[in-house]
Amino acid sequence: MNQHVKLNRRAFVIGTAAAGAGLALGFNLPFGPTVARAADGSPEINAWVVIRPDDTVVIRIARSEMGQGSLTGLAQLVAEELECDWSKVTTEYPTPGQSAARGRPWGDFSTGGSRGIRGSHDYVRKGGATARLMLIQAAANEWKVPASECSAANSIITHLPTGRTTTYGKMAEAAAKLSPPSDVKLKDAKDWKIAGKGLKRLDTADKTTGAMVYGIDFKLPGMLNAAIKDCPVFGGKLKSFDEAKIANMKGVKKVVRVGDSGVAVVADTWWHAKTALDALPIEWDEGPNAKTSSETISKWLAEGLEPSQTAFVGNKNGDAPAEISRAAKVVEAVYNYPYQNQATMEPMNATALHTGDKLDVWCGTQNGEAAFATAVQASGLSADKCDVHKLILGGGFGRRGQSDYVRQAVLIAKQMPGTPIKLLWSREEDMQHGFYHPVTQCRMVGAFDADNNLTALRMRISGQSILARLRPEAMINGMDPATFQGLAPSGEAVIGYSIPNLLIEHSMRNPHVPPGFWRGVNINPNTIYLESFMDELAHAVGQDPLAFRRKLMSGHPKHLAVLNAVAERIGWDKPPPQGVYRGLAQVMGYGSYVAGAAEISVTDGSKIKVHRIVAATDPGYVVNPAQVERQVAGSFVYGLSALFYGGCTVKDGRIEQTNFDTYNSMRISEMPKVETILMPSGGFWGGVGEPTIGVAAPAVLNAYFAATGKRIRSVPLRQQNIGFA
Amino acid sequence: MANLTINGKKIEIDVEPDTPLLWAIRENIGLTGTKYGCGIAQCGACTVHVDGVAMRSCGMLVSEADGKAITTIEGLAADGKLHKVQQAWIDHDVPQCGYCQTGMIMAVAALLKDTPKPTDEEINEAITNICRCGTFAQVREAIHAVANA
Repeated sequence: MNQHVKLNRRAFVIGTAAAGAGLALGFNLPFGPTVARAADGSPEINAWVVIRPDDTVVIRIARSEMGQGSLTGLAQLVAEELECDWSKVTTEYPTPGQSAARGRPWGDFSTGGSRGIRGSHDYVRKGGATARLMLIQAAANEWKVPASECSAANSIITHLPTGRTTTYGKMAEAAAKLSPPSDVKLKDAKDWKIAGKGLKRLDTADKTTGAMVYGIDFKLPGMLNAAIKDCPVFGGKLKSFDEAKIANMKGVKKVVRVGDSGVAVVADTWWHAKTALDALPIEWDEGPNAKTSSETISKWLAEGLEPSQTAFVGNKNGDAPAEISRAAKVVEAVYNYPYQNQATMEPMNATALHTGDKLDVWCGTQNGEAAFATAVQASGLSADKCDVHKLILGGGFGRRGQSDYVRQAVLIAKQMPGTPIKLLWSREEDMQHGFYHPVTQCRMVGAFDADNNLTALRMRISGQSILARLRPEAMINGMDPATFQGLAPSGEAVIGYSIPNLLIEHSMRNPHVPPGFWRGVNINPNTIYLESFMDELAHAVGQDPLAFRRKLMSGHPKHLAVLNAVAERIGWDKPPPQGVYRGLAQVMGYGSYVAGAAEISVTDGSKIKVHRIVAATDPGYVVNPAQVERQVAGSFVYGLSALFYGGCTVKDGRIEQTNFDTYNSMRISEMPKVETILMPSGGFWGGVGEPTIGVAAPAVLNAYFAATGKRIRSVPLRQQNIGFA
Repeated sequence: MANLTINGKKIEIDVEPDTPLLWAIRENIGLTGTKYGCGIAQCGACTVHVDGVAMRSCGMLVSEADGKAITTIEGLAADGKLHKVQQAWIDHDVPQCGYCQTGMIMAVAALLKDTPKPTDEEINEAITNICRCGTFAQVREAIHAVANA
């Protein structure tokens, strides 16, 4: 009988150390009489759970909410193990500064790579379970009974032999003084009551009334507003500006340099700041990239497709070049994928208050700890004098994983000590100063023997690496492993085909345009390349695209299962309605297996109507099916917007697209019906925010070929005068 | 100076007449539920009602709004009760990031006032707001739910 939870200081120490690797147990618990308290004085049971006397359960969420629903999903996981009343759950963000000061009890704040749930499910569930055991122990202590005779459900603790009950709210103070149990057992997913259910999001009400405060809405007394221009050519510098010309414009308070490449106008309102900035004469030193264009970049990348050019090998078996040289039939095609802007609906912004000896920043960020580190560095202060307060994001899609706008806000605020400064980018600034989906080209070569068996596949990608620019420490001997997303021999993004001779290579060429993480990242181009070419190969030997794939997928049962699921649901073995054509695609990314099937019709060869999408996902476990369905459907909006309307082009070293008139996005009239099949097979945790986006474009492109006999190998479609019907 | 009637209240603000209505609402009046998305009337995040008509407030000057009745998202609920579109948005869990949704709700509220039972085609015609998260299926579902209530 476990009557008393044992103090386990060692587990705490180990947990703290592990936090450095982003795997904190999250048990930063108070020892002795000192109880950590929330701002309102309510006791922390542990870092994840605060319980107020009225039984309200405050669940701390370290990951950022940007629409993907992780705030709700993570709260479901904690609440599941906590056995609390879901109707009394609310959430709050801890700050990165608090986390640093307490030894990272919340682990990694970073919210990208579809890791929100899969990267933290274990320790947040343990946080909930630990808190439950401590609350039970507190009740058992009060009742002087063994904890094993007590159980908890719905925030009520019951002593089973006597039927006595108490509430979490009443036990919180006593529980917070206890030591954490050393070992907790987590529930099996089949016993979940809160997790696994399509519960409503926790953050909806304020989003319907205008009460939700995004970064752009944040206000402080005495706050001024800043508008900024950074050198339009990446890598260029600010030479000079003539502030006298705007000194008398209404509301203008100050004009400041921001780093070596930007200038900001600070005014009473943002509209005044922006109006004055537009009138400010600025001279730029455009630097060495001022002549670079999409054409020069394209030419450079094309050279990398040549076999003579050196390349990193990301996946290899057999001898593809030799097999290709002696094949009965060879099929070859060259594809390309452009730069894309995340184009979050809320432009970049951050508010900073630098008092001279203290800095606070308020902003939306996908990576609180990176924003914090950036803010500390820009502030000139020590970390214990700084903090970042996260706000809900008006979209992220990878863009808000970068902290460039935080740095700018701090650099401006530092020049006006004591005055809160809200920096907001115009849409034009946002479109032209992104971290763009990297540009690549790809030469695909397939070889068949005399019996039309695929004997070799060679895939040569040429183009930009994200990690080389943003996370060089993650490179492996100079190679960017993320370039091979969806194509890798092992890991979380494995190719779904077994081909006797395979060679997948990357000739790295890094143009000056900053690359970044863009929802789905490299599975976007890679799945277009591979899944379109699989279609090409099938047609080259007169085989059905599904049957052709199936023959190569027997060693990849989970990839095959999702493909089979969409094929069955869309009715692949039956003819489509008159004038409707179908396409398929599958990929593994972010630890999940996904497939998509599209039904489209095409008018005049150039007007596409996407009638129906079927999308299957096996993410291992599903924490909130309603939110997963929304992520899957949303992936088609994001992915098809990029396919049809996207593509950022470069001229004179800068991005040409400046707003939604030139970088358009899908509207409701263009939205197909999306049928989602969730088929979690258990035993692994995959992400859901990104993988599906990989199949969106190739499913439609393969259907377009079925409809027209024309193979599209270039994105976006608008550049080929193809659009939505 | 401008005299605006916002959410039923007459407000005098010190603002140049060529200020976009969006920025007067957000900065001079302080109602931040109306969002800035593009500034060129493309995305619809700044949609408000001007004399009952859905308008993109970034593309309208304060001088043009003088003497007209403007309703923002903050004025859509009446007598402490959410507008039926707001309620439907909660019931159908429509928003993802939510940034575009106040504009979306204003556009839908105007549509349903004029066309209480819109067809899918009428929805396609009237609702042209951008949503990067891709909530369109839930938006359509919620519109039909209000229409059929």
